[in-house]
Amino acid sequence: MDGKKDKYKSVAYYPGCALEGTGHAYNRSTKAVAKSLNLTLKEVKDWNCCGAMEVKNVDPDIQTYLSSRVMSIAHNEMKHDVVMAPCNGCYHNLKKAEYDLENNPKSKETVEKISKKAGHKSYQSGTIETIHVLDWIKSGIGDDELKDRIKNSLKGIKVANYYGCMYTRPRHIYPEKDAGIGSESTLKPHFMDDILNLAGAESVDFPLKTACCGGAHTLSDSDTSTKLVLNILKAAESSGAEVIATECPTCHSGLELHQVRAEKVLGARTSVKILYFTQLLGIALGLKPNQVGVHENVSSSAQFLKKRVLS
Amino acid sequence: MPIHEEHLIRPENLVTHENLEMDGIDISGHWSTFIESRVVTDYNEKIEEEISSLPGGEYIHRCWQCGSCTNSCTVNEINPEFNPRYWIYLIRMGMESELLRDKDIIWQCVSCNKCTYACPRDVFPEGVMKATAHWLELKGFTPKSLSTHFDEEFTDQVVETGKIEEGRIIRGFFKRSGQSLFQEWLIATAHRLISKLPIKLLTKMGVASIIKPKVHSWSAARDAIQEHIDNKSDQHRKNLSLDQLIQTAENELDA
Repeated sequence: MDGKKDKYKSVAYYPGCALEGTGHAYNRSTKAVAKSLNLTLKEVKDWNCCGAMEVKNVDPDIQTYLSSRVMSIAHNEMKHDVVMAPCNGCYHNLKKAEYDLENNPKSKETVEKISKKAGHKSYQSGTIETIHVLDWIKSGIGDDELKDRIKNSLKGIKVANYYGCMYTRPRHIYPEKDAGIGSESTLKPHFMDDILNLAGAESVDFPLKTACCGGAHTLSDSDTSTKLVLNILKAAESSGAEVIATECPTCHSGLELHQVRAEKVLGARTSVKILYFTQLLGIALGLKPNQVGVHENVSSSAQFLKKRVLS
Repeated sequence: MPIHEEHLIRPENLVTHENLEMDGIDISGHWSTFIESRVVTDYNEKIEEEISSLPGGEYIHRCWQCGSCTNSCTVNEINPEFNPRYWIYLIRMGMESELLRDKDIIWQCVSCNKCTYACPRDVFPEGVMKATAHWLELKGFTPKSLSTHFDEEFTDQVVETGKIEEGRIIRGFFKRSGQSLFQEWLIATAHRLISKLPIKLLTKMGVASIIKPKVHSWSAARDAIQEHIDNKSDQHRKNLSLDQLIQTAENELDA
């Protein structure tokens, strides 16, 4: 564990496209939490899009190339051996590229060919460890130290931790998960629960932790997405949660957008709050709501935080 | 009943006799409900080969019909007609006309990968759904789905600049698919956001939406990616014999 602590002290940071747009609050809160915890983030130089969920449907090898370029820059130009990506889509794609380059000779050949034409070193599998912001906080700080740094305990706040699809599936691209004590579970992930519990919150037993929000079709099949999101929101409420904590910009905006849409189109109103887990953690570490971008969310949680945590 | 006989019990295949006597026993009405016999003559044994030649469809041959994919499927929970196991069966059997009955919903796979997680044979059913939806479009059985429009808008922008900007994607997608951007719920969401955000951030987002965010010296990568996509697209056309298909259609028109 301590080896990881040193390794994660300073990491290459890959925010990705969503964190410069709809997921800006996640970007802001991740950086603010890093600063507060004395962890260093070096943004990947001149990074490109990882291909999200769309490019693979046009051509999977291009998606692998796009993700590999990010890892190539982090390793070859910036000399890092860890890339941290808060977005589930980016995290998933970098992991998938890692797997493909290790196991699929055809993908490897394509990536090498395009990298050469594009004029940069091609990424060699096994040279970068891609981690999620959850891994980073959990292993980079350690439980005791994190607990010591909590200034505004989230005591009494009931949270449903929502992980979404891409953090755990498909399993084969996450060989480090399901690896015994201390590792993350793909069936019942718990890193977010662990972190927020240390911050004083009460994580409720939430059965839809890894359910799908329909993020891939938020705009192209909105009715399906609204039904899926409504299901998640209602399940969180009936689990007794006041807040859903998120760790993916696509899930987060999906929940927020379709909470509005469910009310407009289906007349189904839900009042559960939606916050990035980094926002909740930041508040617990003593940061102000604006410092973690609460004002940048679509849903309004400012009053709730004021009343329940900051009073 | 095995899943492949499901089509036999559709309402149009059921026959009920008002008056029927068999060996002196009256079996009129409900008791005489029969499933009409049917001979399948329209096998297209090329479907499996064609779909497995498209990205995602590579491992369809591994399927042994356990049904874990349908059992774990997110979309099946909302719409029971969405049935990956059944479609994989039809594709492998070459039952094209049966598959085409569901052609308008196959694209609705949300890529949650629960099927891939559950599959004991590494079929990657999520990939098979994408390959099948793609096959239906390439063969002209369905128009491009909204999901394909979105994927193409997104990919075009990534190839062009190396990055995307969500505002441009949304505008481009609604334009490409011929839908109005002014949907009530989108406006309601935009209102909520704008009413809270500081001017500085709003300006920054607005500028990013007009001036495309770009990766520096991207043009060599752009050309290499585009070349690869074009080659792949030619290969798909060949694998699906699309040029012959068009030629045959033209000949028929001439005749």
